[in-house]
Amino acid sequence: MAKKGNGYTQVELMASIASKILEDGKSVFVGTGLPVIATVLAQRTHAPNVLIMYEAGGIGPQCPVIPVSVGDSRTFYRGIAASSMHDVMSALQSGFVDYGFLGAAQIDMFGNINTTVIGDYQYPKIRLPGSGGANDVGSLCHKNIILMKQDEQRFVNKLDFMTTPGYLTGPGGREKAGLPENTGPYRVITQLGVYGFDHETKRMRLISIHPGVDLKEVKRNCGFELIIPEVVKTSETPTEKELRILREIDPSGIVLGK
Amino acid sequence: METIEEGQGQLVGFRDPDENRSWVFENKSRKAEDKRMSTKEAVSKFVNSGEFMASGGFGHVRVSMAIIYELIRQRKQDLTMAGKTAVHDIDLLVGAGCVNKVEVAYSFGHELRGLSNASRRAVQTGRCKVVSEISNAGYQWRFLAGMMGIPFVPSRILAGTDTFKKSSAKTALCPFTKKPVTLIPSCTPDVSIIHVHRCDKFGNAQIDGSLIEDFELSRASRRLILTTEQIIPHRRIQLQPWRTSIPFYHVDAVVEVPWGAHPCQMPLQYFYDEEHISEWLNISKTDEGVQEYLDKYVFSVDSFDQYLRLVGGQKKLKRLQRMEKTLGRN
Repeated sequence: MAKKGNGYTQVELMASIASKILEDGKSVFVGTGLPVIATVLAQRTHAPNVLIMYEAGGIGPQCPVIPVSVGDSRTFYRGIAASSMHDVMSALQSGFVDYGFLGAAQIDMFGNINTTVIGDYQYPKIRLPGSGGANDVGSLCHKNIILMKQDEQRFVNKLDFMTTPGYLTGPGGREKAGLPENTGPYRVITQLGVYGFDHETKRMRLISIHPGVDLKEVKRNCGFELIIPEVVKTSETPTEKELRILREIDPSGIVLGK
Repeated sequence: METIEEGQGQLVGFRDPDENRSWVFENKSRKAEDKRMSTKEAVSKFVNSGEFMASGGFGHVRVSMAIIYELIRQRKQDLTMAGKTAVHDIDLLVGAGCVNKVEVAYSFGHELRGLSNASRRAVQTGRCKVVSEISNAGYQWRFLAGMMGIPFVPSRILAGTDTFKKSSAKTALCPFTKKPVTLIPSCTPDVSIIHVHRCDKFGNAQIDGSLIEDFELSRASRRLILTTEQIIPHRRIQLQPWRTSIPFYHVDAVVEVPWGAHPCQMPLQYFYDEEHISEWLNISKTDEGVQEYLDKYVFSVDSFDQYLRLVGGQKKLKRLQRMEKTLGRN
């Protein structure tokens, strides 16, 4: 993604915003890519005791650089356990995980996510990898953070396929389906802004816009009606220190270079 | 228990636990026997076209590539594969035409490296069929139910989504909580292949690093082929029995193949061969490229040693070993 004025990229901005959401002493379920980078950034700044869990069994690592796979030996480097998927998924299901990260090819106004197919299911235009651990994270984490690119094809009125649950059809939808209480999408971070979910309607609500982006651009790149609050804040930008750490975590630019 | 909704996906790899118990009782030996053999013998003896198979490890980590190549070499066909974060293994098997049906938790992608060309093309053109969808936790709990000898495990995943609708799971009203639960059907694969760090000649195996889901998979599978970096004396197993991840009575074949996960990572031993993975990702952009790759690295190769020489020999392998030891460990 393109460089912005102050010497940071859109992806670096997204990583910095995501990292600030994580709290010290809480647990987070991470996947490869931007989520690892955001989490390690939090670990090296305000949240040294954030507990990292990887689905293949790595728990509590001090990741020096970004792992390429969630099963990579770096996912348990200087960790507290190299365990199993059953162990980590059970921790998720029994309530031990505060934050989860998700990516998405498409999202709707209730935070439901598609990572399975674009186009018709039987004869897909693009076959994507499917759920992986996403449905599990989306079903079971207390607060989910979604990191994705925003445009009209991605912020859609109707998903081509609902891989992972957000608030399903709206208030009470998750509980009715049997999903655990007090779970669901919490934040959506894109290259344009940060979004949350309205308490009453469970619909996506704008929180802040990134520097240099205007409201028109946000709306133009969204295929459904967003809730726009009266006061829209400007997103906080990454500090010099954060940028330095980010580049240490991903020295070859495998994620940040995209 | 009252069923609420049924997923419409095809139920693959499922058996009535009673039927499986009888099969296990009749066919799985409880006697420790020397099971050492070659990849060729293991594949011809224990894998039949048309069967349901699963491959251990995760993504590009600890995958039994030596067996994947042998399956292609022996031109096994019509296999249904567990897409349990199946990445390089399934991409090659679908590309080679060995696998034509997949139950997908995560397939047709190479994690951070991007989407798979060969297998994705096969799905988009209908040569390979996705028979059902599930999630990673769901797949692994299918094996958990399989190893426990029960027909399903209740869970709190998949509910309310299209992933559920295309899965083989069912939702029901829990008789205890009176809330909906998702019932994940058990899975007992016809055959599984798992690469381990070391085992004895009977198949008592040690895995270093995360077990991922190989604890459950190894125990749920009817037939299990182990490839191992090293065969160790039985005495070493007995000295540290708490390190045994897979006991011998689950194992049908033991094949010693040092570097047998190449180009995937073997945790704590050797790193991914990114050069080789890139070569595959580039060349597999066309069907002709896939054929060219298979001709070069699979069909015209007689032994795994010959393959290792072809991908760069000792010099390359030593480098991968060094990278795993040093990368990110400062």
